[in-house]
Amino acid sequence: MTPALSIRNVTKRFPGVTALDCVSFDLLPGTVTALVGENGAGKSTIVKILTGIYTPDDGQVLVEDAPARFASPKDAWGAGIAAIHQETVMFDELSVAENVFMGHMPGGRLIDRAAMVARTEALLTRIDADFGASVLLKNLSVAQKHMVEVARALSHKARVVIMDEPTAALSRHEIGELFTLVARLRAEGRAILFISHKFDEIFRISDRWVCLRDGKLAGQGLTAEVTEPELVRLMVGRPVDQVFPKRQISLGEVVLEVDGLSNATEFADLSFDLRRGEILGFYGLVGAGRSEAMQCLFGLTRPTRGTVRRDGRPLTIRKPADAIAAGFAYVPEDRQHQGAALSLGIRENTTLASLAAHVKGWFLSAGSERRETRMLGERLDVRAATWETAVGNLSGGNQQKVVIAKWLATRPRVVILDEPTKGIDVGSKAAVHDFIGELAEEGLAVILVTSELPEAMGLADRLLVMHEGRIVARFTRGDWSAEAIVAAATGAGDKAA
Amino acid sequence: MTWVLRHREMALALLIAAMVVAVATYAPAFAAPASLLGVLNDTAFLFMLAVGQTMVLLTRGIDLSVAANLALTGMLVALVGQYGPDLPGPVYLVLAAVIGAGLGLVIGGLIGGLGIPPIVVSLGALAIYRGLIVVIGGGDQVNASEMGAGFQAFPKVALFGLTSPVWIAVAIALAAQVFLTRSRTGRSLYAVGGNPVAARYCGVSVERIEVLVYVLSGAIAGICGYLWVARYGVAYSEIALGYELTVIAACVIGGVSIGGGVGTVPGALLGALFLGVVVNALPTMQVSPFWQMAVAGAVILGAVVLNARAEAQSGKLILPEARRT
Amino acid sequence: MSTIPDRPPFRLSQLLLTWEVILCGLLVAVFVLNALATPWFLDVYNLADATYNFSEKAIIALPMALLILTREIDLSVGAMAALAALAVGMAAAAGLPVPVLVLVGLATGLACGMFNGLLVTQIGVPSIVITIGTMSLFRGVAQVTLGDQALTSFPPGFTTLGQSYLVKWPPLPLSFVLFLALAVAFTLFLHRTAAGRRLFAIGANPTAALFSGIDVARMRFWLFAASGLASGLAGTLLAARFGVVRPNAALGWELDVITMVIFGGVAIAGGAGSIPGVVLSVFVLGFATFGLALLNVSGIVITVLLGLLLIVSIAAPLVIRRLAGVRG
Repeated sequence: MTPALSIRNVTKRFPGVTALDCVSFDLLPGTVTALVGENGAGKSTIVKILTGIYTPDDGQVLVEDAPARFASPKDAWGAGIAAIHQETVMFDELSVAENVFMGHMPGGRLIDRAAMVARTEALLTRIDADFGASVLLKNLSVAQKHMVEVARALSHKARVVIMDEPTAALSRHEIGELFTLVARLRAEGRAILFISHKFDEIFRISDRWVCLRDGKLAGQGLTAEVTEPELVRLMVGRPVDQVFPKRQISLGEVVLEVDGLSNATEFADLSFDLRRGEILGFYGLVGAGRSEAMQCLFGLTRPTRGTVRRDGRPLTIRKPADAIAAGFAYVPEDRQHQGAALSLGIRENTTLASLAAHVKGWFLSAGSERRETRMLGERLDVRAATWETAVGNLSGGNQQKVVIAKWLATRPRVVILDEPTKGIDVGSKAAVHDFIGELAEEGLAVILVTSELPEAMGLADRLLVMHEGRIVARFTRGDWSAEAIVAAATGAGDKAA
Repeated sequence: MTWVLRHREMALALLIAAMVVAVATYAPAFAAPASLLGVLNDTAFLFMLAVGQTMVLLTRGIDLSVAANLALTGMLVALVGQYGPDLPGPVYLVLAAVIGAGLGLVIGGLIGGLGIPPIVVSLGALAIYRGLIVVIGGGDQVNASEMGAGFQAFPKVALFGLTSPVWIAVAIALAAQVFLTRSRTGRSLYAVGGNPVAARYCGVSVERIEVLVYVLSGAIAGICGYLWVARYGVAYSEIALGYELTVIAACVIGGVSIGGGVGTVPGALLGALFLGVVVNALPTMQVSPFWQMAVAGAVILGAVVLNARAEAQSGKLILPEARRT
Repeated sequence: MSTIPDRPPFRLSQLLLTWEVILCGLLVAVFVLNALATPWFLDVYNLADATYNFSEKAIIALPMALLILTREIDLSVGAMAALAALAVGMAAAAGLPVPVLVLVGLATGLACGMFNGLLVTQIGVPSIVITIGTMSLFRGVAQVTLGDQALTSFPPGFTTLGQSYLVKWPPLPLSFVLFLALAVAFTLFLHRTAAGRRLFAIGANPTAALFSGIDVARMRFWLFAASGLASGLAGTLLAARFGVVRPNAALGWELDVITMVIFGGVAIAGGAGSIPGVVLSVFVLGFATFGLALLNVSGIVITVLLGLLLIVSIAAPLVIRRLAGVRG
């Protein structure tokens, strides 16, 4: 079978690092190939080369055995290569039809709008979309935006479809729909390159696998002939336990009581307790209102009703500084936009929420800052060239560690972690899980917001499930089942696909 | 969603009509046809410049040099009129468009070609172009008597009571509307301003678009330069001093976003008309000219505040009861 | 467990390529070239007089640098200075004593700045738009109040503040001394205090700053207030220097101030820059202007040259980087 796409001995170098080193593999038509590897292994570099954003320093890209040179993304589209990214790369203020056809709108001297809308509607019907061509993109959910990207890929008659972590922000139901779509694309003879960190998805949807490690090809083969531990070993170079055994911690006194916390539009009637040493999980579909609730607790938004008590005393939290003073820490979901200032260095990011502790007289003491940064950075095993390195130059896992370090520096009593391992490689993920257990052992109270069921069931002492802004179920460790949890999260009555 | 947008432009149009009515109750002469036509004639320049600036703002840029471009082109064309043979008006119009486009090309080249932030380039160009007027003109002004007859007559040609600048503004607005709604390049302006990374990914040449909008804005400024100089019969270095800020105010009032990606030609025209009515209403209400700036400033702030209130987003609609309302 | 160094190794080449060092070089060049071109440049009294022309704007450039650093801008500074000068003029006409005149000027500027700050933080509209509006409003109020008159009745004690030297040798005018003192204060504030670090964070990533407990709105408000206060001070000094106030006082100052800041290396996108850079930029621009004036270059040509300098100073590194990229 002629491969739809081939990469032969492709090498790409950047100042100081070789991102890809003589990598070769094929993508066959009518197959789904999973691309696995840790962050920094070279996956996104491959995607950028295939979509025309980078050119390889050495080696060739072959489209159906013919060498291809992509000088720009337009060339890649023209060669039939389409990509769907983790964060949708689209135009919020334009309609679906314009998003699908931007760059190749039909018509002569003027755009033929009728044809553009008609063609878009046809594509949307083909993929079972539940929205029309004239809707503005900003009114769609993340899952629906992914569908628009698929429609765009189809509009280019793509032979190769690259999907880069497409399920990161999707609910279980939406993931099921996406996989149905992937199966349909495969049946139509397209070659799909599927990049994911989630092993259950890899084993569910892919036919073949390719593994990168440190820019080199670590292995490839048929998915049916490989096991998860083998894949992990190839990715990381050493065996790794994905979820640490739950530590046995005796729970302390109640440190936080939330009663009836409500907001006009995002969540209502939130009531729960939290003890020292406890890990309280918040599970739910994307958009259930968990992050919104936590951000309100942290003072970023104002509630309309409800009380919060710390150690029995009521708190008035009007802004994040109040929450920090009361001993709260919030590690946000979006580490690049909400967590860290990418252009500032590790030291400056680490001390950002606790600057007052480093003030001697009127001025900041650099020595004091450096001591704190070193201590926390070593404790969290941050890998970087120096402590002044800009956080934007670190890998995703290390960026997350710096954000966590910033919050540890405030010596909190209650730590809220919002999707702490989203988009992080296996090695760092395990480290973060281990670390969460350590925090609980030290007597902190932890709230863990997560959409990954294994993570929730592996770490939490109790699990609260939210659905459409309310807590709909409460589970205790040992007295739960995956089915019951998921059923509650999807609205009790709508079984997962 | 387009309904809501038109809703806002509708609201602005109604507001303008209400203003005219309010002024007319105090000074009935204002609502007389001749007076209203006069408002349009007066606002013609602002219409054109606002349309040009809208295209720049759509791409996340800003052009603070339009007034300087206008003045410099006006002076250059006036000198041609002074020292050259007396040609018919449209010839000078084309010449002015070419000169203005050239001045815009310089700016566009620095922004699109070199990637220098637009505010830096337009601030620098503002100083350079204004200064060049004096350097080239030698500090003198060109007076009506020195300009040719054909040169000066053109802006005063009237059709249905509206002088040629208004008709040229109509032509420019129509062309811009077709460009922005029906041509591929025009739609890609929205893409470039809305999400430059995505635009590049779709194969849109962001740099080319950036150069293009400044050339267009410059050409329009040039046309206004000739019309202004010919209409008022004098060319000197301080023409339209500070006018760029009025142009931006008109765009903002008309709903064009400073952040790029949002804005329409009708909106820009309404924003310009709004300011035009305000500025023309003041003298008829016996308000001393000294009040003009203060009132203009208050009006801009008021319009901007109202705009912002209208666009304010509440939290995400997660609770079922919130979604039903 | 490997030990990570605190700082990258010191490299002289990296130090020499910082913008502040380049500005130092430019300053030396300005002095050398001007000294060669005309014997009057290096006269101490002439240099002291040169500082009159830029000190007032330079004072405004200090809070403007902080504003641009945090991704804001204030186009109303000239109008605020004019309004403050106007208030001082009216107070002087009413016969108030000199210390009160100064207070009036400062208070007017502060009030205008706080007005800006309120609008920017409460309305959520970009500050460029708000300050375009307030610029017209403030300037308009000045026009309405003065009409086409000018205020001229200032007590002699007041005008000596603006026209004589505070220090006899070396001759240093009050405005220049104030600028230097404020520059030191701003440098310490921005680069050595916790509040200054928070400003850098706001400029680098306002959302992350908010999520880290920084009160972004309050800091922005006080920056606009400071800009107003500095404009008020500048307007007072202006009135003292000229002894006359017209409604078009301080016209066009905002562009000069912004040029000083951007030429000083403060990134228009926010998050990077230094006060020493701005100070050096003030000197380079100020003394270059002075030298050109001594050579009888007309004011308008100087404006053109300054415009070119602004663009070239930003373009040159970009061009160099692009050429190096092509070769590399």
